[in-house]
Amino acid sequence: MDSGVDRNRPALGGLWRGLLLAPLVFLALFFFYPLLSIFAVSLAPDGQLNLGSFVEIVTSAYYRETLWFTLWQAALSTLLTLALALPGAYVFVRYRFPGKSLLLALATLPFVLPTVVVATAFSALIGPRGLLNTGLMALFDLDAPPVQLERTLAIILIVHVFYNYAVALRMITSFWANQNPRMEEAARVLGAHGWRLWRDIRLPLLRPAILAAGVLVFIFTFTSFGVVLILGGPRFATLEVEIYRQAANLFNLPMAASLSIVQIGLMFLTMTVYTRLQRRIAADVVSAGYVARRPRNLRERALVLANLALLVVLLFAPLLALVLRSFMAVGAGFTTQYYRLLADNPRQSVLFVPPLQAIGNSLTFALATTALALVLGLITAYLLSRRDTGLVRWLDPLFMLPLATSAVTLGFGYIIALDEPPLNLRASPVLIPLAHTLVALPFVVRSVLPALRSITPSIQEAARVLGASAWQVWRWIDLPLISRGLIVGAIFAFTVSMGEFGASLFIARPDTPTMPVVIFRLLGQPGAANYGQALAMSTLLMAVSAAGFVLIERLRAFGMGEF
Amino acid sequence: MRFRFLLVFVLFALGFVPVLAQDDTLTLVTHDSFNVSEDVLAQFEQEAGVKVEILRSGDAGTMVNQSILSRENPLGDVMFGVDNTFLGRALAEDLFIPYESPLLEDVPDEFKLDEQNRVTPVDYGDVCLNYDIAYFEDNDLPLPESLHDLTKPDYRDLLVVENPATSSPGLAFLLATIVQFGTDGDYTWLDFWRDLVANDVYVSDDWSDAYFNQFTAGGGDGTRPLVVSYASSPPFTVDEDTGQPTTASIVADGMCFRQIEFVGILNGTDNLEAAQQFVDFLLGVPFQEDLPLQMFVFPVNPEAELPQDFQQFGAVPEKPATMDIDDINAHREEWIQAWTETVLR
Repeated sequence: MDSGVDRNRPALGGLWRGLLLAPLVFLALFFFYPLLSIFAVSLAPDGQLNLGSFVEIVTSAYYRETLWFTLWQAALSTLLTLALALPGAYVFVRYRFPGKSLLLALATLPFVLPTVVVATAFSALIGPRGLLNTGLMALFDLDAPPVQLERTLAIILIVHVFYNYAVALRMITSFWANQNPRMEEAARVLGAHGWRLWRDIRLPLLRPAILAAGVLVFIFTFTSFGVVLILGGPRFATLEVEIYRQAANLFNLPMAASLSIVQIGLMFLTMTVYTRLQRRIAADVVSAGYVARRPRNLRERALVLANLALLVVLLFAPLLALVLRSFMAVGAGFTTQYYRLLADNPRQSVLFVPPLQAIGNSLTFALATTALALVLGLITAYLLSRRDTGLVRWLDPLFMLPLATSAVTLGFGYIIALDEPPLNLRASPVLIPLAHTLVALPFVVRSVLPALRSITPSIQEAARVLGASAWQVWRWIDLPLISRGLIVGAIFAFTVSMGEFGASLFIARPDTPTMPVVIFRLLGQPGAANYGQALAMSTLLMAVSAAGFVLIERLRAFGMGEF
Repeated sequence: MRFRFLLVFVLFALGFVPVLAQDDTLTLVTHDSFNVSEDVLAQFEQEAGVKVEILRSGDAGTMVNQSILSRENPLGDVMFGVDNTFLGRALAEDLFIPYESPLLEDVPDEFKLDEQNRVTPVDYGDVCLNYDIAYFEDNDLPLPESLHDLTKPDYRDLLVVENPATSSPGLAFLLATIVQFGTDGDYTWLDFWRDLVANDVYVSDDWSDAYFNQFTAGGGDGTRPLVVSYASSPPFTVDEDTGQPTTASIVADGMCFRQIEFVGILNGTDNLEAAQQFVDFLLGVPFQEDLPLQMFVFPVNPEAELPQDFQQFGAVPEKPATMDIDDINAHREEWIQAWTETVLR
């Protein structure tokens, strides 16, 4: 630091300084305040210190088992995902084949798909009313569905693998492709083959990526909510589901709050491990990576085909089943009636508004979330990129905290904190985009920050010397350089909001439901019409999520830097 | 150019308008099983000059909890469907304002559980086991004569119950088992449930899944011929050809639990007059006579005439289990939690 001025940035006016406070105020009001309310309800439900529910969590076998189940199902999901993704990564790094980059891009699709949609898709494929079962029943003239996976651990694990396969695949592939292939070549020359190559060379080499991917998948599956709630039935409960159950069904707010705190603690721990591991991957990149080639012999071709088949079946079978099933009438003919029903709101419906209105709500909320998250995320990124101040060192983890807080916890915090003066927003529809923004904010910050940090100060200084104003510098130097990051952040914010379920289930008012909430309500009702509407709605949500994704991808191709 | 796009984008994003409650609508908060004939409701709307909007919020428990959580900003004007199993909580949380309907006079005292008239009884029903008559005849299976019989090997794999945490008949049935077996002694209600689990009882999350999807005679592809439902459900299964129901309920002493459903005017309504009119409407003969065929329950107004099928096939147990609402309120969550630990985990 020279002359007491931040050398990296032009001097800031008072207005800008005030603007910098916005994300902090936002975080304080919509994250820490609800969080503190949870602490208050948990530790002092009646105004006096009472650790009863914590004691119960520790002493009761029930809560210990819930915690244990949450841990081991997450661990098992992670291991399964890695076991499948590793050979996949090998194929993607090693071999060249037609459609490779398209497939890798498409593999990201599940990641943007809402849990409710995925749960519905799997029910449409392998549920009792799904394509597989109705097909088998018609084929072999059976009375009962032969594949009974609903309410089993198996289906939870399958869906978790579906969700996270691509995440692991991409992380490991991109790390692996950048590794120096010489070590492996040397080992081959020295006679290492088959499993020895894996054990002694590849796995140790890939360890940082495997660990980082593993921890990330673990985080996702540890907080699994919609999948377990919809497909698992009443017998299975992760911590997240138990928090919801305690609050919504049993009205045991102190217990729900205490479980939330346990979950926040565990998540924060895992997040810390993850950020450490991620730093290690970033540091290990070398320029001379693996070169992919065509598969040469039958064995190699079979290997490539097997992995691609797995990818395609795992990814597309459920989604295809969802779309097909949504157009299938009870007698297996083609119908569009489920879609037409979405516009109706008969008085006997369990929904307060026509399902179609939920699409409008979801889009509006998602756009509001995107706008808010981009503005706040951008300011936050600037705040965090001023690396010279000591303030930043503790601000950085502060802004990552919402990531460690599960959506259900957040929604729960909102309903206990923001329903009374001074901040009574319970009846206001802004509560949903606020919650979604909080979930999306860390993604936006993480997308923009690297680009912002990579701006060379000398360019800005040169522009200043040439007479550009602070605004002009930002407009013509900063913005073009960070626009890519901004767009990636926008994609995240939009899709996160469209599919967000846990928090919305708590805070969405019946007159402004979102698409995932409506799907969940319809799934819980009997009859072919309700199920069909849930399928139709899920198909639309899938289409909207995918379209949003494509739209913003296209915008990037036009070069947002020129607008 | 792109700037304009952004501008439109932001304006659109910020342009959502809060939904404002209108004075000429009356919002009825109720559970998912609420139903009324369109013409009966239309009649009320015309007479009272309001439009009734029906807000279904899950089962009775979820509905009460949700209303308590949004007490500062009530979801509606009237709540119908809070029953004696959840009434204690709703009253303790001050959800309702008192109203004494002139029609209350005719209602038998056994249904009036709140002296201050913060809630008004509307209907009652007995949660009992229902069975598939054909299944029991075809298999030469005797009917269970007590709750304890359900743990016999004869009834293995046959019973479907509802989760008391998410379903009000489920909770009512749980209470019946508590009344029957008690909470202490050699064989408590939890021992009974342990035996039921050993006998492969199936737990559904809600009544509609249990009845329509799991029960053999519920119209779905169910596989279990015994279900926890209402004593008044069988009239709905009358076969058009034979004129006889395909199901019947078991109403032996102590095997059923009586549920009474109430209506209350929500604290904070801005439409008090219409809300009071609505309470009167629910007690009036047209609605009371519409009730049985719409919601599987019996009217509390003695002047309401029961439909033919109901008189013939709807059973009323002589000695249903009952429990004081304060007792229920004091232990409800503790019992549900114990049940969950015993049955589901």
